[in-house]
This record gives sequence, C-alpha cells and structure tokens, in this order.
Amino acid sequence: MQIVVLVKQVPATDKVKIDEETGIMVRTAAEAELNPLDLYAVEEAIRVKERVPGTEITVISMGPLTAIYAIREALAMGCDKGCLLSDAAFAGADTLATARTISAALKKIGGFDLILCGERSTDGETGQVGPSVAALLDIPVLTYVSRIRELRIRDGSIVAERVVEGGYEVVKCSLPALLSVVKEINEPRIPSLRGKINAKKAEIILMTSKDIGLDPSSVGLAGSATRVVKVFYSTFSRHGVIVDGKNPEGAVEKLLRFLRERKLL
Amino acid sequence: MKVDEGVFQGIWTLGEQREGNISITSYELLAWGRELASKRGTSLASVIIGYKVKEKVADLIYHGADVVYVIDHPRLQFFAPDVFSNVLEKLVRELRPEVFIASATTYGRTLMPMLAARIGTGLTADCTGLDIDPDTGLLIQIRPAIGGNVMAVIKTPEHRPQMATVRPRSKKPLPRDESRRGEIVVKEFPDELYMSRIGFIEFVKDKTPDLPIQEADVIVSGGKGLKSAENFSLLYELASLLNGAVGASRQAVDMGWIPYSHQVGLSGKTVNPRLYIAIGISGAAQHLAGISSAGTIVAINNDPTANIFKVCDFGIVGDLFEIVPILIKRLREYKDRKEGEQSV
Repeated sequence: MQIVVLVKQVPATDKVKIDEETGIMVRTAAEAELNPLDLYAVEEAIRVKERVPGTEITVISMGPLTAIYAIREALAMGCDKGCLLSDAAFAGADTLATARTISAALKKIGGFDLILCGERSTDGETGQVGPSVAALLDIPVLTYVSRIRELRIRDGSIVAERVVEGGYEVVKCSLPALLSVVKEINEPRIPSLRGKINAKKAEIILMTSKDIGLDPSSVGLAGSATRVVKVFYSTFSRHGVIVDGKNPEGAVEKLLRFLRERKLL
Repeated sequence: MKVDEGVFQGIWTLGEQREGNISITSYELLAWGRELASKRGTSLASVIIGYKVKEKVADLIYHGADVVYVIDHPRLQFFAPDVFSNVLEKLVRELRPEVFIASATTYGRTLMPMLAARIGTGLTADCTGLDIDPDTGLLIQIRPAIGGNVMAVIKTPEHRPQMATVRPRSKKPLPRDESRRGEIVVKEFPDELYMSRIGFIEFVKDKTPDLPIQEADVIVSGGKGLKSAENFSLLYELASLLNGAVGASRQAVDMGWIPYSHQVGLSGKTVNPRLYIAIGISGAAQHLAGISSAGTIVAINNDPTANIFKVCDFGIVGDLFEIVPILIKRLREYKDRKEGEQSV
C-alpha cells in the first residue's frame, strides 16, 4: 500500500514570545518545527504500515529548503521517503495555489492509495489545503477523522470515524482517498535513535514548478486568488485590575463586585 | 473563475441542515449576509442541500434570505463531500454569485475549500469581520493571523466568487419575520451527480453531554497550575454555578488531565464567551490567540509575572486552591439568595 503524508513546517509556537511593547510575536527562522498537528497524520500512516505488510510512506511538503528538516522529523518517526516541493515561484502561495501545487505533484508521483494530513497547520490555521487537494485530485475526502476502523485492502475501501458537532459519524469510502486527522486519533511516537539515523541517510527528492509541470503564473503569489492588503496589530492588552490574593476572601469579594458591575452574574 | 468571465452578482450563504432540520448557523450567516447585501445593494441567498428539507426553507426567508436555492434528494440525506461539492460547483458556475460565505463548522470547513479549489477562487478561513469596500465593492475579509496577535485584511480582487468562512455564533440571527417574502428555487440535477464514493454508516452522539466550549457563554479554563486531573472537579463545580463550560490549556490536555475537545488556543479551539476565567494558566501566546475575542477575562494565578495578567480584565495573584473554593462557596450563596428572592 502506498501512503502519502502531507506535512508543513511552521514556526514553533511554544517557543514564541510576545514583544511586551508591541504585542507582536517574536520569532526567528531557527525556531521552526514540523506542524504539531501533522504528527498525528505521520503516526497514523506508520500504524497502517505496521499492520499492512509492504506499505511504503512518502512524506511530501511544500516550502523553502529548510522545510527539509520537517520532512526529516517525519522520516525519523518511521516514514520511508521524502519529497520537498520547493521553488522561489512557490513563495507567497495562498491555500488555492498551495493545493494546486501539491495536487499537481501528487498527480505526477501517482500510485498512492491513501493520503493523510493533519487537521490544519498551527500557523495559517485554515485547514483548507487537505480538502482542496482532494477536490483537485477528484478523490473522496474524509475530514476530522478520529479513528480508522477498518482498512479493507482487497475491496479498496476504508471505514473511519469523523468528529462532527455533537458526536461522530461512521463513514465508509473507496480508496484512494484523502483523510485529515484530528488529535484524538493516536499518540505520536518519539523518534528512536535508529529512526533518526535512517532519516539522515534517507534521500529527499526535490521538485520545482518545472518538475511538476506547472506554469509559474499558477503557483505562489502569482497563482493566489487572495491578497493580504493590510496587517494591523491587535495589541491584545486589557490593562485590567490586579488584586493580591494573600487575603483570598477579600480578593473574591472584589472579583464578585467586578462581575456584578459588568452584569456577568 | 476570473472576474472578467461574466457577470457575478448576489451574496450567497451556505445553509446547513441535519436530519432535515435547518441549523442555527444558517440564520447567523444570513445576518452576516444581510449587512453585506445592503451595502452592496444586491440580493441575499441561502443555498441548502439535503433531504426532506424543502418544507422548512421558508424559515430562511423569514430570517433574511431573498432567495433560497434548495437541492432536495434522498441521496443527499447525509453529507457526502464529493457529491455536495459537485452540486455546489454546478450551481455556482450557472448562477455566478459575487460572494459566497459559510460557517466554519465541520460542514463548511470541508465543503468550502473543495468548492473554492474546483472553481479556482480564493477562500479566507475563520473571518472575524466582513465588509464591503465602499470604493471597489470588494469583500473585505478580516481574520487573525500569526497566532492571533495580528489581524490581516484580505481581499479577492480578481477571482469570483469571493469566498469566506466565519466562526459559528459570531453573530445573532435576525429576528424571525413571517411577513418577509422571498423566492424558493428548487434545483434538480441528473441522478449521476448524486453518486458518491462515500457511504454514511451511522451517527454516534457524544456520551458526555458537556457543553461544547465554542458554544459557551462562560468558560472556566484550567492549566498546569491545576496539578492533576482530579482537581479539574473544582473547575466543573465553578462552571456549573456559572452555567458555563470547562476549558483547558494545551499543557493540561497534554498531561492527559482533560480531553482535547476542551483545549483552548491555537492548537485547540478559538472561543468567544462573554466571560473567560483562566485558572492556573500562564498565558502562552498560543493560548492567548484563542481567547482574544472573549468579552471579559478573569485570571487566577500565583505567578505575578504570568502573561495572562497582561491580557485580563481582572486578575487575582494567589493560590488557586485557596481562592477557587471560596469563589465557589460565595457563588453558591449568591445563587441561593437570588433563587430565594425570585420565589418570594
């Protein structure tokens, strides 16, 4: 079985600090990591591989050359091959241009049975690329998957649970399919030393817009439909009242008065 | 589709139904859409796909729609993303709306990216504000970016429809007005279009009838300072007194003290309650990104330098294990007194 996992490199949100004066996030390029929500997709792929002999997992990412580290993180967990879509022309892509690039690469690579991705990235936070890729490839998509119940290789189908408002749905679909998974699906493993060594040695294929066969005008900023026309800082600071809790009774009294004043009680 | 490929007009909203009942988010969207339609001087439509929903769509008109497009078929009883997106694509290509918005529910978040990719247009997720540019008539889409510390203003200048999702419960539906009149258009497609590769098996309702945090007016959230899963019972007690829900920081969830569905922040849920009480939460950037639109923020933490105190409206620096039990006691007394007064 051929599995593709789509991953993204994101700024490490845990390490981000807020500039006290401007309220802006301070970060450097070095503080990048594999999107934490992608770990669940990587882990799920590896779990399928452990159950289904002959499974091969390819990790695909689009990003600058440094995104190779994110791919290596996934390889260290137990994936087999890496592929980085990297080209100056890809820069500034919105979700449409990103999905167009990734789906074109997938068409080129071909032969996949299952595509897994995380629910969304922790930086862009749109969750749009997965369903868009599936739509462009014209394969079924299951979003918010919290469990793969059955993988019927012979009849080429999958039964999964997907989290929706107020509960979960059990659905069946044919393969190849794209699944976006949520945190509940598993607990990602920590890479072993052996895994890390393998990841270092593993070959990562590089693909440019030319390799994928896309015109530079249809990728990156040029191929994007949305434009960020302005950014403004919402300095999120409320200058609230801070009271000392050494006298807990008194502090609670003041809190209750405050809540009553704001008509919250 | 490019803007020069024809005439695009009208504001569309994506209606949503489950088991033939129209969801409240459909009406919320019409409240968003009504403002846009008046500013743009155009009509407002709701598009609803399902089975046995036809009889109920007049409600959409009573809540602000000028036109309702209904696609009603036994095969559309359950959400099959491939079929639903095919249907929407056909409709959009035929009728060419200028703007199409949806709620950022699991339905909207699945369907809209599929549609946008097929049509070849832009889609902005999770907008907190939508407006019409008075000069160009373009849809102004505002959403938090880079961890919620920055707001981005986004436009879709050359592609149509201009598409966006907005957070559920970010606007109240307009009052129901049965005197409103509108047009109901039933659209039909050949049966082949309804063939799906996805089959619905069953829907399993959540066992825990916990109030989902995105829907709560009041959220009591706990972090690392809670020290154990057991101590979350304090928060549940406090939340029930306030008719609220219990939330948590990423650390508390990662420690396994409370399920992920309660997680607030960038890697969890973005919430917008009237009152948010952060208990034993230091206020990492990624957590703060999820609560910036809360009405009032209260913080209880023993570290006076904690970030959470910078963003709260009221903070108590102290031991939560001392303060919270007193707060619970005093709230209970307050509630009893109030109930006493009401019964008199």
